[in-house]
Amino acid sequence: MGEELKVIVFGLGEEEYGIEVDKVRTIERMLPITRVPKVPSFIKGVINLRGVVLPVIDLRGRFGLEESVSTENSRIIIVAVGDVEIGFIVDSANDVIDIDSDNIETPPEIVGGIRAKYLRGVAKIGENRLLIMLNLAEVLKQKEIDQILEIEG
Amino acid sequence: MDMNAYLSMFIDESNDHLQALNENLLRLESDPEDVSIVQIIFRSAHTLKGMSATMGFEDLAALTHEMENVLDLVRNNKLKMDSFIFDTLFKSLDALENMVQDVIAGGSGKADVTHIVTALKSIVSGDYKNQASAPVAAAAAVEVSGETPQVSDAASEAASLLDEFQTSVLMQSMDSGLSVYHVVVHVSEGCILKAARAYMVFDFLERTGEIVKSHPSVQDIEQEKFDRSFTVFMISSASAEDIHKGIVSVSEIESADVTQMDRETLAQLGRRAEQAAEQPAAPPAAAAVVNAAPVAAVPAKQEPAKEEKARPASNGPVARTIRVDIERLDALMNLFSELLIDRVRLEQLATEIRRSDLTETVEHMARVSGDLQNIVLKLRMVPVESVFNRFPRMVRDIAKSLDKKIDLVITGAETELDRTVIDEIGDPLVHLLRNSCDHGIESIAARVAAGKPEQGTVHLRAFHSGNNVFIEIEDDGNGINREKVKQIAIKNGVVTPEEAKRLTDNEINMLIFAPGFSTADKISDLSGRGVGLDVVKSKIASLGGHVSVTSQEGKGSIFSIQLPLTLSIISAMLIKLGTEKYAIPLSSIVETGIIRKEQIRSVHKSFMMEFRGSVIPVLSLSKVLDCPSFSEAGEAETEIVVIRKGEKLGAILVDEFIGQSDIVLKSLGNYLTNIDAISGATILGDGQVALIIDPNALIK
Repeated sequence: MGEELKVIVFGLGEEEYGIEVDKVRTIERMLPITRVPKVPSFIKGVINLRGVVLPVIDLRGRFGLEESVSTENSRIIIVAVGDVEIGFIVDSANDVIDIDSDNIETPPEIVGGIRAKYLRGVAKIGENRLLIMLNLAEVLKQKEIDQILEIEG
Repeated sequence: MDMNAYLSMFIDESNDHLQALNENLLRLESDPEDVSIVQIIFRSAHTLKGMSATMGFEDLAALTHEMENVLDLVRNNKLKMDSFIFDTLFKSLDALENMVQDVIAGGSGKADVTHIVTALKSIVSGDYKNQASAPVAAAAAVEVSGETPQVSDAASEAASLLDEFQTSVLMQSMDSGLSVYHVVVHVSEGCILKAARAYMVFDFLERTGEIVKSHPSVQDIEQEKFDRSFTVFMISSASAEDIHKGIVSVSEIESADVTQMDRETLAQLGRRAEQAAEQPAAPPAAAAVVNAAPVAAVPAKQEPAKEEKARPASNGPVARTIRVDIERLDALMNLFSELLIDRVRLEQLATEIRRSDLTETVEHMARVSGDLQNIVLKLRMVPVESVFNRFPRMVRDIAKSLDKKIDLVITGAETELDRTVIDEIGDPLVHLLRNSCDHGIESIAARVAAGKPEQGTVHLRAFHSGNNVFIEIEDDGNGINREKVKQIAIKNGVVTPEEAKRLTDNEINMLIFAPGFSTADKISDLSGRGVGLDVVKSKIASLGGHVSVTSQEGKGSIFSIQLPLTLSIISAMLIKLGTEKYAIPLSSIVETGIIRKEQIRSVHKSFMMEFRGSVIPVLSLSKVLDCPSFSEAGEAETEIVVIRKGEKLGAILVDEFIGQSDIVLKSLGNYLTNIDAISGATILGDGQVALIIDPNALIK
């Protein structure tokens, strides 16, 4: 038995993803978003979360997937990594589960079109359910954003 | 005991004491005969030593102890201050500062200070002048004054301790066959819980006998108001050896001297006590001082009369203050910002609902929250003194290393600025002051040749004006050599020769703030590496201020920094671009107006318009911000906002004005940094986020 991990499960398209619960501040319904000019298109803008201005990004866009229109089920997951606090727009967020860290396997090179370095691994839950664990620090890397900016600019 | 709880207090207070030491040493340097200053310095050093020892920073304590030895000789007129002693003391202060910085950074405050200690010791012994005048005696005297007197002095010490009643009690107990002991307990140097150790000793003594008198008093000992030793008179039936063994078995007790007292010594003591009572000038007066300043107790005993005289002069009336954690103030500020947002929302609702009693209440609330805003903002204001006070020392050092004579005159140190600005303004000021001392003020020879006094003067002024604070640095040095500035600017590619010809005097002066510019012929330690002034300029711009310079060749220069009073709440104009709302800081708006489309002219592919007799550029805000929901192309008449950056003006085209409002500045967080033309965000009355336009980025 490895370490027990509490994980928030959210959906992006057909896939299910997981973030450790201690990285997650809150989960919000969609809020009005103010557009910020001259940023990569996956940065949707900023929201007012109880008096604090926070940027939100579309995770699909961040992974280079096709962006979807927000629905009744869409949520903003507020995460904090290091000194960065940010909101992720996801298609749905509805579950908290415990997984054993031994059940997390190193990811294959590409999962659902996402490059492996954004992933911590793939966790097997039950018989035929796979959970993609995100490597948040890598997802939020500023350098990466600058590179994307350069390509776009 | 959790030392961390005391650490922040220790750091705060050490910084205060180091600052006081610095200031007073500077004062002493200009007036070396004034012993009262030495007293103040001594007290600061002593307190610092005590605190460091309590916190277990032994190197700190050891170094201050050596400083104390030197100062002690000075204040007893056994030693005359000279430049070597000043330099050594200043060096010691620097070393102490470094150690405290290390402690702040989470270190153990350890540092190798052997050479400074050796220098200090050589001063005490007189070796540094090769004068062997009474070194040993002096040193010994210092030792005694620093610590509670040894047993050999017990009798004379005791005279001041026992009153007639206590003496007679001791006499009577001797008559009834009990022994009377005079016990001096030394706590070991690194002991952290002195009071607790002392308590254990007392506990033991009370079990073996009866304590008649302790010095310092039991209360003072409980509050750790003693150095490293304390004295107790007790009656007991146990033997001296047993008592000694019992005390020493308490951990962290270094030694205990237990002396049995006989009738004769006691009688002597009694007589002395009487004499002492008749001469109020001696020990009783000292005791009074001890009560008044328990921390400085031991040195105060030396010259009570002088101590009393020095204290009122140094203190004066003290404003009653409390120390508050800066985070709490920030939290207060944040809460207030929330309130402000709700207030704006309420005002909106009240105008929609139009009920007179609601409007009245909202208006009252607006007034109250206006007052509250003033107070909250004031709370965050700090006098610039906290930045200025390190400059006299810095200028002294610079002057010394450059072999110049420079007098720094500070005025308006009480001027207050927002805490955030204070934190950031230090470095730019250091740069500017160094620049003035290094490049501004000439060498002594050059000054004399130019018919100026040998000593150069640098003025550092701070004052309020409207919603701004100005800080000026004026020197009576050489001024800016514009020809040289031009040549270097051309050589370094800052401007082309053609451009240089057209520049006004003021524009040439501003060239020194250009990146990669330096006029110093040789690179000195202080400034002249070509970094510095451009950093100063960008730093001040990031604080929402700007810096300018005026100069008269041969007469000197004035650097003037304009800073906003606060960075957290500003007045702004809210505007609309289609569905989006933006805020433009009022401080950079010159005028608003409406113009017809034909008034905008195309000049060389960029747009210009006439504004009050001059031609200014016109910018489309919706293009700059890539706004999808608005374009002024279809409008026959357009609203414009004329903005200013320094001397330059520009007009920006907007969709609609919403109105003026006090807004709370919010940062966009660490993820979104350096977004072009946006300086931050604010939350509007309806809860939506509006971005704040950075006008400085719009005018190039």
